[in-house]
Amino acid sequence: MKIEVQNFKDTRSGFGDGLLEAGKRNPKVVGLTADLTGSLKMGDFAKEFPERFFQVGIAEANMIGIAAGLANGGFIPFTGTFANFSSARIYDQIRMVVSYSNKNVKIAASHAGVTLGEDGATHQTLEDIGMMKMLPNMTVLVPCDYNQTKAATIAAAEHNGPVYLRFGRPKVANFTPADEPFVIGKAQMIQEGKDVSIFACGHLVWKAIEALPILKEMGINAELINIHTIKPLDVEAVLKSVAKTGCVVTAEEHMRNGGLGDSIAQVLALNNPRPLEMVAVNDVFGQSGTPDELLKHYHLDTPDIVEAVKKVIARK
Amino acid sequence: MTINELKDVASQVRRDIIRMVHGCQSGHPGGSLGATDIVTALYFDQMQIDPKHFKMDGAGEDMFFLSNGHISPMLYSILARRGYFPVAELATFRRLGTRLQGHPTPVEGLPGIRMASGSLGQGLSVAIGAAQAKKLSGDNHLVFCLMGDGEQEEGQIWEAAMYAPAKNVDNLVAIIDYNKKQIDGSTDDVMSLGNLRAKYEAFGWKVYECDGNDMQEIVDNLNEARENAHQGFAQIILAHTEMGMGVDFMMGTHKWHGTPPNDEQAASALSQLKETLGDY
Repeated sequence: MKIEVQNFKDTRSGFGDGLLEAGKRNPKVVGLTADLTGSLKMGDFAKEFPERFFQVGIAEANMIGIAAGLANGGFIPFTGTFANFSSARIYDQIRMVVSYSNKNVKIAASHAGVTLGEDGATHQTLEDIGMMKMLPNMTVLVPCDYNQTKAATIAAAEHNGPVYLRFGRPKVANFTPADEPFVIGKAQMIQEGKDVSIFACGHLVWKAIEALPILKEMGINAELINIHTIKPLDVEAVLKSVAKTGCVVTAEEHMRNGGLGDSIAQVLALNNPRPLEMVAVNDVFGQSGTPDELLKHYHLDTPDIVEAVKKVIARK
Repeated sequence: MTINELKDVASQVRRDIIRMVHGCQSGHPGGSLGATDIVTALYFDQMQIDPKHFKMDGAGEDMFFLSNGHISPMLYSILARRGYFPVAELATFRRLGTRLQGHPTPVEGLPGIRMASGSLGQGLSVAIGAAQAKKLSGDNHLVFCLMGDGEQEEGQIWEAAMYAPAKNVDNLVAIIDYNKKQIDGSTDDVMSLGNLRAKYEAFGWKVYECDGNDMQEIVDNLNEARENAHQGFAQIILAHTEMGMGVDFMMGTHKWHGTPPNDEQAASALSQLKETLGDY
């Protein structure tokens, strides 16, 4: 893939613009929010389709139930709130009336991870991928930039079944092609290589891209694959890459327990055990700070990916 | 249906409940018996439905959501007796591989069930969503939702209670199975519901009250609520019921909330309930 930074945009705006587009394409698409229309960038959809937009107030549990009822009636509801309130706060509701009942609800989860920044640990969910991937019927998407989040939103609307769509707050490099369709469950090759497989998701895909020239200077030819779909995981792509490189680094803005790295570890252990290093948060909560400070503090930054690669190659 | 015909159906439903719960030695007879008259009236007199052609989306018909899913034997019996699925299937209740799971679920393909329930406090939200879907679709049919009184202790109920009047959800009729009992004892002892009527009125609902085991009163209330639908306000019926209604030793106590009768108790219970439609 040709990597070309087009601009710097927040992934949540990709969701907002994707929702508007999905709403134009399909009159069954409806939006709900728990008092976070602006934060989730749902304002344009609300303005364009006021009769299809539901302001639920600060009542996330009720929002999920209403969404399930709307989905049962043939609509395609997108619920929008922060990731923590889209997962942990309402896990049982999602479990019973969305996942178990298998209703076509799309849970749009913004401000995920430590890059939410100054609001601190109460809002920085690092556990949601784990919670959501454990639920049967649930598809879990973690797109990496504005363009991909927009495409993932449109793909989620077209997919029949529950979806958890995770994205973030800060402006980040927007580098994937604007016209590239999002294929759920199909990993995205960013750069082919032979010495190490880097599997990344969300904001850390860009951090891994930044690591590539540094690794190249060190004589390491890294393969970078964007695992934008945590579930269903593209097991074939993972195994194909590992067969070539023989070692793995995972990178994600999530807890090590339950995250992308944990999914990859399972695939490796069951099929082709190889050395694995995980760039992830290890069993601690976040804290206040700027997104950049926090990525550095929790070892989720470009140098941490480089170090993990060096370490895993030494273990080969 | 006439009131007497409805009473006959309810008697058979109560027999089914006892036989189902006794058969697998598991389930919730007390609440099921208490809510039987309300849901019988809905399915056999009030709701416009097409049981032979069950549609998940409920388009073009009235819909019912059971929030307190543990009284599933009552719902299963009524659905079967109304023709959604063969009554013989009631014998599979709670057994491995059954479509009649301990708590209702749509995923086993049982006609008549649209949403899982059992984790309490969620049904009213779902019913509101279904009602909103009907409005968006231009479908003038109504959505009914039965809740337990114990589950009024769940916070989500009050999120939904705030939403429906605020957003003019006027194509929904909520009903509370108000039997004043829950697993640990009386609602007054466990967590007083206080003045439930005043609470809902303060939230902006039009509130009705009736004897939830008096078929005539139930039908009168439901008729009135249906006539008042589509007028910009949300409606709820507080249906005062007796847990265990119809079986003398199951009434006046919370002990039969989740306890099945033994052989002798089942025989005694069945001797008090007229077989009107033929046992399954």
